[in-house]
Amino acid sequence: MTALGALVRKDLQIFFTDRRAVVLTLAIPIAIASFFGSLFSGAGDQEQARVAVAMVDQDGSGLSKRLVEATAADKALAVTSRTLEDARAAVLAGRLSVAVVIPAGFGDTAVRAFIGQGRNADLELLTDPSKGAEVAMVRGLLTGHLMGAVTQEAFTGTSSQRLLDEAIKSLEAGTMPADQSALLRRVFESVQALTRSQQTTGAPARALTVPFDLRETQVSGLPLRQYNGYAHSFAGMGIQFALFAGIELAAGILLERERGLWKRLRSAPLSRTTLLLARAISGTVITSMTLLVSFAFAWAVFKAPIGNMAGFLAVAVASAIMAASFGLLVAAVGHTPAATRRAAMFVVLVMVMLGGAWVPSFLFPAWLQRLTWLVPVRWAVDGLDAMTWRGLPLADALVPVGLLLGFSALCGALALWRFRWEEA
Amino acid sequence: MLDVRDLRKSYGRVAAVDGASFSVEPGQLVGLLGPNGAGKSTTVAMIAGLVTPDGGTVAIGGKPLSGDTDPQKRLIGLVPQDLALYEELPAAANLRLFGSLYGLTGRALEDAIGSALLLVGLAERAGDRVKTFSGGMKRRLNLAAGLLHDPQILLLDEPTVGVDPQSRNAIFENLEFLKARGKALLYTTHYMEEAERMADRIVVMDHGRVLADDTLAGLRERAGRDAGPGASLESLFLAMTGRSLRD
Repeated sequence: MTALGALVRKDLQIFFTDRRAVVLTLAIPIAIASFFGSLFSGAGDQEQARVAVAMVDQDGSGLSKRLVEATAADKALAVTSRTLEDARAAVLAGRLSVAVVIPAGFGDTAVRAFIGQGRNADLELLTDPSKGAEVAMVRGLLTGHLMGAVTQEAFTGTSSQRLLDEAIKSLEAGTMPADQSALLRRVFESVQALTRSQQTTGAPARALTVPFDLRETQVSGLPLRQYNGYAHSFAGMGIQFALFAGIELAAGILLERERGLWKRLRSAPLSRTTLLLARAISGTVITSMTLLVSFAFAWAVFKAPIGNMAGFLAVAVASAIMAASFGLLVAAVGHTPAATRRAAMFVVLVMVMLGGAWVPSFLFPAWLQRLTWLVPVRWAVDGLDAMTWRGLPLADALVPVGLLLGFSALCGALALWRFRWEEA
Repeated sequence: MLDVRDLRKSYGRVAAVDGASFSVEPGQLVGLLGPNGAGKSTTVAMIAGLVTPDGGTVAIGGKPLSGDTDPQKRLIGLVPQDLALYEELPAAANLRLFGSLYGLTGRALEDAIGSALLLVGLAERAGDRVKTFSGGMKRRLNLAAGLLHDPQILLLDEPTVGVDPQSRNAIFENLEFLKARGKALLYTTHYMEEAERMADRIVVMDHGRVLADDTLAGLRERAGRDAGPGASLESLFLAMTGRSLRD
């Protein structure tokens, strides 16, 4: 066996000697990725978590009742009716994201505003400041339901005839030019006639409505498959733990130095490249194995798809090389194993955060999103996503693989340059 | 066999080794003595190729040593002061690795492992992990790892630190055996009695310089002249290097 092979075999022997450590190395990323996957895996066959909303109806009008009914029927919302005090206390305690307060007189004011007679109605939202995303979602849904309810109430509601009569009278007293006033009056009278006719014949009340339905099609290269959040979470956590393995590689090198082993290795007729390359190879093998076992688990247990096996293997191995070369660089600039572990852990956590492994990067500010392209974790996670649940072709793995290998080459060169070779 | 000429190494403004010269012939054990910080370890590190000298030469069999991959390094065996062993691995696995680094393979490697373990009395513990060994056993295995590839020159950096008298005696016997086989041994130690017992010649260093390079008899004669009749090697050593404490 060559010296390089012997050095690689030694590292693998040491790794597999501690069976408890091996099991933990494999089990911890699987456990954490499974947890995150369960959070972000989408609805699937399970019931989706709903946003808790309270409706405080102080109006009791036809319009307010329509609005409460429409929000209660929304599958994204868990609606309860409460008093104002209860609702405010629940939002304050974090049990509710939003409370919608419909004040007295809201129905009449809103319909009048809809037909151009008077100011807009006020609708108050009591919101939990820590749940901005949920509040934004409720605001959007509420706008849609409100437009539908106002339109229905204005054309077919119980207060419709009365409010249209008021509107016609106000036209007579208004300042609108006579020809325009006559046209608008005709519109209002037509609506009244339509409503009366429908009430007389018992035909279903039809009027202006929201004119579209949304139909969602999930776009991925894998036909007839739903988004599988486990594939993404295993990618993110897999890369995070690959980098942790890189830190352990660095700590191992520094420990060898502390124990005087590096002196024995350096006294042999071996090149510096051979010594570092051996660690890079063994680190790559161990990290690749960890990634593959994790994804095999995700595939077997959570049905996480591997869209393109060749591309997946290419990205996984390139990610493992990146993590190992990162470990070499850490060893080159580190001093003691303990201090190096702490400093490198901070760097890895920042890289993982910026890479979108924890929080989707679209939540970041624009400047930070641009910065993520400098972080290899982003390429690794994007590459694994592309080759797993997105089901993209092998060609889409080439850029991530190229960038990961480029980063690896840079780390390796810096490690070779900065490594403390003198062993006095 | 080993010829060190005008070797120099500085760290910043501090000259760790300042023009050291000496040689070690086949079948000879040279004791390298000196207080802490004298430059012994740096000298050994330069001979082993662990540190690049600022000046001077290290020649093996007349050929200067140069570069990490110089094949001449195969002629050198290093026994570092630290127990440079992988404690998680069995003794044989350690030796298999270290032998492979010097190009040993197959039957030759296994034979060398067997011989080395037999020499240091650990043949029956070949399959046991090093972490189960006593301090003395680890020291003997440390020695075995250094001579596995049958080097012509053995650099021993305080190889008996922290071992019991039995293991130390066993190591001395090993070294006598190697000397008898014509190996050139350079032995650094703080123990004067070890140097008196083992060394054919003694090199005394301090502040990076060689203060004395002579046989034990020559040094005793010098000690008698300087410190009076019957003066010991230790009294001569203290006379040359002073009595102030070194850290």
